[in-house]
Amino acid sequence: MTPALPDPETLCAGLVRELKPHITADTALVGIHTGGVWLAERLHAALDIALPLGLLDISFYRDDFDKTGLHPQIKPTQIPFEVDGRHIVLVDDVLYTGRTVRGAMNELFDYGRPASISLAVLIDRGGRELPVAAQYVGARLEVPLGRMLVLDRDENGKLRLKLDA
Amino acid sequence: MKIHIKNGRLIDPTNNIDTRADLFVAAGKVATIGKAPAGFSANRVIDATGLVVCPGLIDLSARLREPGFEYKATLESEMLAAVAGGVTSLACPPDTEPPLDEPGLVEMLKHRAKTLNLAHVYPIGALTVGLAGEQLTEMAELRDAGCVGFSHADVPLPDNQVLWRALQYAATFGFCVWLRPQDGYLAKGGVAHDGEVATRLGLPGIPAFAETIAVATIVQLMRATGTRVHLCRLSTREAVAMVRAAKRDGLPLSCDVGIHHAHLSEMDLGYFDSHCHLLPPLRSARDRDALRDGLKDGTIDALCSDHAPVDEDSKLLPFGESEAGATGLELLLPLTLKWALEMKVPLAQALARITQQPARILGLDAGHLSEGHAADVCVFDAEHYGKVSAVALKSQGKNTPFLGIELPGKVRYTLVQGQIVYDAGNG
Amino acid sequence: MRNPQLNDEGALQHLLTIEGLPREILTHILDTATSFVGVTAREVKKVPLLRGKSVFNLFFEPSTRTRTTFEIAAKRLSADVINLNIAASSHTKGETLLDTVDNLSAMHADMFVVRHAQSGAPHLIASHVASHLHVVNAGDGRHAHPTQGLLDLYTIRHYKKDFTRLSVAIVGDVLHSRVARSLIHALTLMGTPDLRVIGPMTLIPAGVEKLGVTVFHDLKQGLCDVDVVVMLRLQSERMRGALLPSAQEFFKYYGLTPEKLALAKPDAIVMHPGPMNRGVEIDSAVADGSQAVILPQVTFGIAVRMAVMSILAGN
Repeated sequence: MTPALPDPETLCAGLVRELKPHITADTALVGIHTGGVWLAERLHAALDIALPLGLLDISFYRDDFDKTGLHPQIKPTQIPFEVDGRHIVLVDDVLYTGRTVRGAMNELFDYGRPASISLAVLIDRGGRELPVAAQYVGARLEVPLGRMLVLDRDENGKLRLKLDA
Repeated sequence: MKIHIKNGRLIDPTNNIDTRADLFVAAGKVATIGKAPAGFSANRVIDATGLVVCPGLIDLSARLREPGFEYKATLESEMLAAVAGGVTSLACPPDTEPPLDEPGLVEMLKHRAKTLNLAHVYPIGALTVGLAGEQLTEMAELRDAGCVGFSHADVPLPDNQVLWRALQYAATFGFCVWLRPQDGYLAKGGVAHDGEVATRLGLPGIPAFAETIAVATIVQLMRATGTRVHLCRLSTREAVAMVRAAKRDGLPLSCDVGIHHAHLSEMDLGYFDSHCHLLPPLRSARDRDALRDGLKDGTIDALCSDHAPVDEDSKLLPFGESEAGATGLELLLPLTLKWALEMKVPLAQALARITQQPARILGLDAGHLSEGHAADVCVFDAEHYGKVSAVALKSQGKNTPFLGIELPGKVRYTLVQGQIVYDAGNG
Repeated sequence: MRNPQLNDEGALQHLLTIEGLPREILTHILDTATSFVGVTAREVKKVPLLRGKSVFNLFFEPSTRTRTTFEIAAKRLSADVINLNIAASSHTKGETLLDTVDNLSAMHADMFVVRHAQSGAPHLIASHVASHLHVVNAGDGRHAHPTQGLLDLYTIRHYKKDFTRLSVAIVGDVLHSRVARSLIHALTLMGTPDLRVIGPMTLIPAGVEKLGVTVFHDLKQGLCDVDVVVMLRLQSERMRGALLPSAQEFFKYYGLTPEKLALAKPDAIVMHPGPMNRGVEIDSAVADGSQAVILPQVTFGIAVRMAVMSILAGN
């Protein structure tokens, strides 16, 4: 049976409340394309983060390159701050197997040596295949096997959750 | 051996025959056509119902690769290929190793061919010693040894004075000189027709005028010497026009075109297909069309296979490094039939291009089915379509752009001097 | 006839020539290269895409420059690179091209980068290798140099953005130039309306207009109002083959000087595939001037080759 999907806007507000106490002037936010970037943009604005937002495309760091090849559309990666010694909050929409986060961390480490990386996600759907955990979670949700949970954005910038086959 | 070929469609362009008739062979000759000779009792009856019975085909150019190039092919394999293709007489160019510039070599080749008892071989002697373009060969001696003409094969003869003298000397004895019109300097380094395709593929080109300039030179020399000349393997439309004009002027000029050039153009090179690396090169579609028209209106006298077996390794190279040439003895009939069908040329007229006309050019009493004359016969199925395959080709050369293509015409029987030298039913 | 560069799914299996490639594939390569420019600009210039893969540089025609850029590109993708200078070894021993290729395939190569003096050699190799192997043409005879064409395209896109409004002139020895042919295919595919080749008659190949270019023999006329000037390298052999009398006369009539460049648009860019012959096809003042983008071409070249290799390896 398909579970009822929570409202991302509510979850987003919840994440803002959770993160606020841990944000300093030196904290950096990095969103993982594509859904993670949308979420990170909202968090970045709401949390009034000083440093510009970092964007990460992990196409070059995926572990399934041999099976699926290079993604037809690679989005820009921009890390407009020094990574060495930085406390970074990595942001993604859905945490599932953990492989995306693994790739994102490898990529970040190619930019420098962060002081710490914590992970904020809108949804943790379980099904981890690697020892990855999120420190800030909007909601935990059980999603049926074989279905993809996807974050969407309408013309007005409002966030929506969708369940794809 | 007495043979009765019955109920075939007898086509003999020389004698103007195209009718259902029986052919009776005895003692190596055509005994009668139509009615059996008195007291004729056949040892073998060939049922030619639905088949064409015509004079054995005559190929003006087939490289047998002996002497010298036995790793490419041997006399045995290529003669078997010839009769499998319905070819009962063939002329071979002098560019063997060593070249056919000495009577001894010519005699040896003729002897070798005779012992095989397959098709007749008519060697074309070298025009100059070693094909080096400097010294004349003993043409009269070579003629006595069996040469039917003299040529320079594909080797350039840049010294026009030598060419002039060679033509004069040949004319002295009434010999025919076979020349492939190509200016060696203009063609130097080229591997493809100098045009749009060569430019796209980045291949050095041989301009059309490399051929036409040579044709012009030869025609002018002919006017001065009166030599009988046969131009080998035309490839440009302008050369066809020049031949047409020279013939109108009554010059003793004949010419032929290779079967591949009657069908293919530079477009067929595709992605550097070395099977299309030929000499002369495959030219533009317009050139190809002019060749096809020239064959139809008789400006071009004959089709020949220009048979050149090349070993696979020499073709599995980048285009410019690959060896030029295509196998052709077994494709002479199919590609002639294909041309005839596409150009709506009557079968008899088409067959003349590979029987009557080549015989005339070679000066042979051949290429016809006349009572009392040698029984060189080809019996073939004009309706049969077969795919060209390396396995089916008897020649050691499997190099043709037509591999995998369906072509019309299948030879069922070939007779040379009244002997069945090829029987498709018995492999 | 099936395009030998594409596999059954229509994806790029080999890069042999720009001719006949779908425009989407060209655009994909350019867009991917943009991301790699970003990678080459940061401190750790490597990404792990081709880790564990072996790239063999098969250079039958020697070239340190091109081989080095392919080597750098492959290493930045974390590939293992083997350089084979065939000119000096097996080729002279009489081993055929395909035998050499077979031997190397048996050493578990994943990609061959091939440069050869004969047009069509990479096509022959590509038609012969096993299906998991990818072939990149690094230049074959006069035929094609697709990665150069792509990096030239990238450079033009970087500075000029819209191909459909451009006037581009290619100057020099077009007859012998695989760089010119590849760029002509690339620009016509991207819809460039005004494409010109400029050179003496001896250096312009037969039927080149059919490729979609206008031929000029007068440099001044040909450069009039162009947005991009691409200078081709003139090799010294051309003076020996009765194609040209001297480098001096060539420079006088076809060399790019500031005065000649002034005939192009004021913001025209000057490109050159390198290495340059200063004083033969190009004046130092222009080569070192503000309009020349020759060094950025080199940088873009690495990113473009990284893009080509990673797209191929993933297919």
